[in-house]
Amino acid sequence: MSVNNNQRVDLRVVADLIPKRAKVLDVGSGDGTLLEMLQGEKQVDGRGLELSQRGVNECVARGLSVIQGDADTDLVFYPDRGFDYVILSQTLQATRNPKKVLTELLRIGERAIVSFPNFGHWRVRLSLLLRGRMPVTKDLPYSWYDTPNIHFCTIRDFVTLCDEIGAKVESAAALDADGERIGLSMPWWFWNFFGQQAVFLLRR
Amino acid sequence: MVALRVNKSHSEADQPSSPVVRFEADQPLKLDAGTLLSPFQVAYQTYGDLNADKSNAILVCHALTGDQHVASPNPVTGKPGWWQVLIGPGKVIDTDRFFVICANVIGGCLGSTGPASTDPATGKPYALNLPVITIRDMVRAQLMLIDHLGIDQLFCVIGGSMGGMQVLEWASSYPERVFSALPIATGARHSSQNIAFHEVGRQSVMADPEWLGGDYLVAGRRPEKGLAVARMAAHITYLSEAALHRKFGRNLQDRDRPTFGFDADFQIESYLRHQGMTFVDRFDANSYLYLTRAMDYFDLAADHGGRLVEAFAGTKTRFCLVSFTSDWLFPTEESRSVVHALNAAGASVSFVEIETDRGHDAFLLDEPELFAAIDGFLRSAARAKGLAVR
Repeated sequence: MSVNNNQRVDLRVVADLIPKRAKVLDVGSGDGTLLEMLQGEKQVDGRGLELSQRGVNECVARGLSVIQGDADTDLVFYPDRGFDYVILSQTLQATRNPKKVLTELLRIGERAIVSFPNFGHWRVRLSLLLRGRMPVTKDLPYSWYDTPNIHFCTIRDFVTLCDEIGAKVESAAALDADGERIGLSMPWWFWNFFGQQAVFLLRR
Repeated sequence: MVALRVNKSHSEADQPSSPVVRFEADQPLKLDAGTLLSPFQVAYQTYGDLNADKSNAILVCHALTGDQHVASPNPVTGKPGWWQVLIGPGKVIDTDRFFVICANVIGGCLGSTGPASTDPATGKPYALNLPVITIRDMVRAQLMLIDHLGIDQLFCVIGGSMGGMQVLEWASSYPERVFSALPIATGARHSSQNIAFHEVGRQSVMADPEWLGGDYLVAGRRPEKGLAVARMAAHITYLSEAALHRKFGRNLQDRDRPTFGFDADFQIESYLRHQGMTFVDRFDANSYLYLTRAMDYFDLAADHGGRLVEAFAGTKTRFCLVSFTSDWLFPTEESRSVVHALNAAGASVSFVEIETDRGHDAFLLDEPELFAAIDGFLRSAARAKGLAVR
């Protein structure tokens, strides 16, 4: 389900947001890298939901508690407030109904951590402006016709969506290509222009 | 030769070649049928050693026609134990580290009380005088065995098919006794189609004139034809269409052209006849009726007001479910509905679907992905329980 596994520079930032021994659900857990990191560093009670069966089988073979499932359809089976943190890393843009998924995350978890590639980054804008083509970058390596990313958004778009569903932004960070935080106290427009990735910590 | 083997499997019912624990009148088995079974006995096998704090016990639950001889040669057939590919020294379920227990189910025919066992009240086999047995009755009897062995909590309960039903029942009825649960190729209920196939099998047994209303043992007879046909029909459901075709296709058996008769022209016919014939040598026909019935009656949600999530409410047991893509007896959806219920109950659950064309029986075979999943799950469970990990 995590479609940018090789570019998951956001993992460090996501992991730093999780306190020790938290109960965590990683939606789109991929090959289990983040869950394994969280179990090792934070001793979390971690669970995963992953679309690809191969990813799931690898996770289970590595001793992680992961099931096969789809963020769009299978989050409904989790109980209200069943987790301290629900993580959706690099997956929101690949869901069919991001608004519903985001609402579900905040029903299941006390907090949600959402990271996504920023479609407002200047390279993306420039590519459209100058080349008139859908951008294909290191971060977004797919062509328009075979991309799993069907619902791109910018950082500004995401903030609007949070407002719409009544989610409170506890903290946010924009990251550059190496996963470094950029301009901690810069305004949204700056992040929206220079951030390649964004990581949001949300509360109900 | 056949007569000899008949005697062998029948004698296993009362005097099995494995340890037996006998529960006398002071410890009756409470049955779902509303009666008590007493006295009764449970025949079991163990492998490896129980550690000092009795925390390394794994209970294996066998399937419909399995038995307690899970990792050692079968006393009736002489063949290797039915899960010897998985269980043994240095294997995925390592008997150098774990204490593995497997008990013949109540209603079975290899030493635990079943229809072929002698009814102390009459001195004759119970036959149909044995009350109908359920999956929960089997698990109750296993619990008494585990108590007898002095084990508070099983490190893991594992089993496939009917064995998986027992695993789910264990985790639901005695959650505090089960640290981790591994139900494979199973479901929380028997589907209508599954009941239908079992009914065909039972009718086949009962239509055999040698069945004698169930009293064939005292008459020295056996409904071999009926039981063989039941096994043939059931065996088809354990395989997949693709695997059958890969293995046999339309190949003819020791001939170049069809005989225009009803001999076993095709290899698949010959194969099924062989499966049927070897089965009757090792299994009791009435036992087949009882155990298929137990599976039919299994419906864990119905036992909890129709809500499967209630069967697992508040559970702390760690679960790992496994299904196989080509299993049409217990398709992936059956496992998935258990997974959803466990999710709703907030349980720790893993779920692996394995791609294979080997059908339901894949759980008994050397499936590397199955073994990798079991290995990973047991390792993490062992770490969580503080057992030494290899």
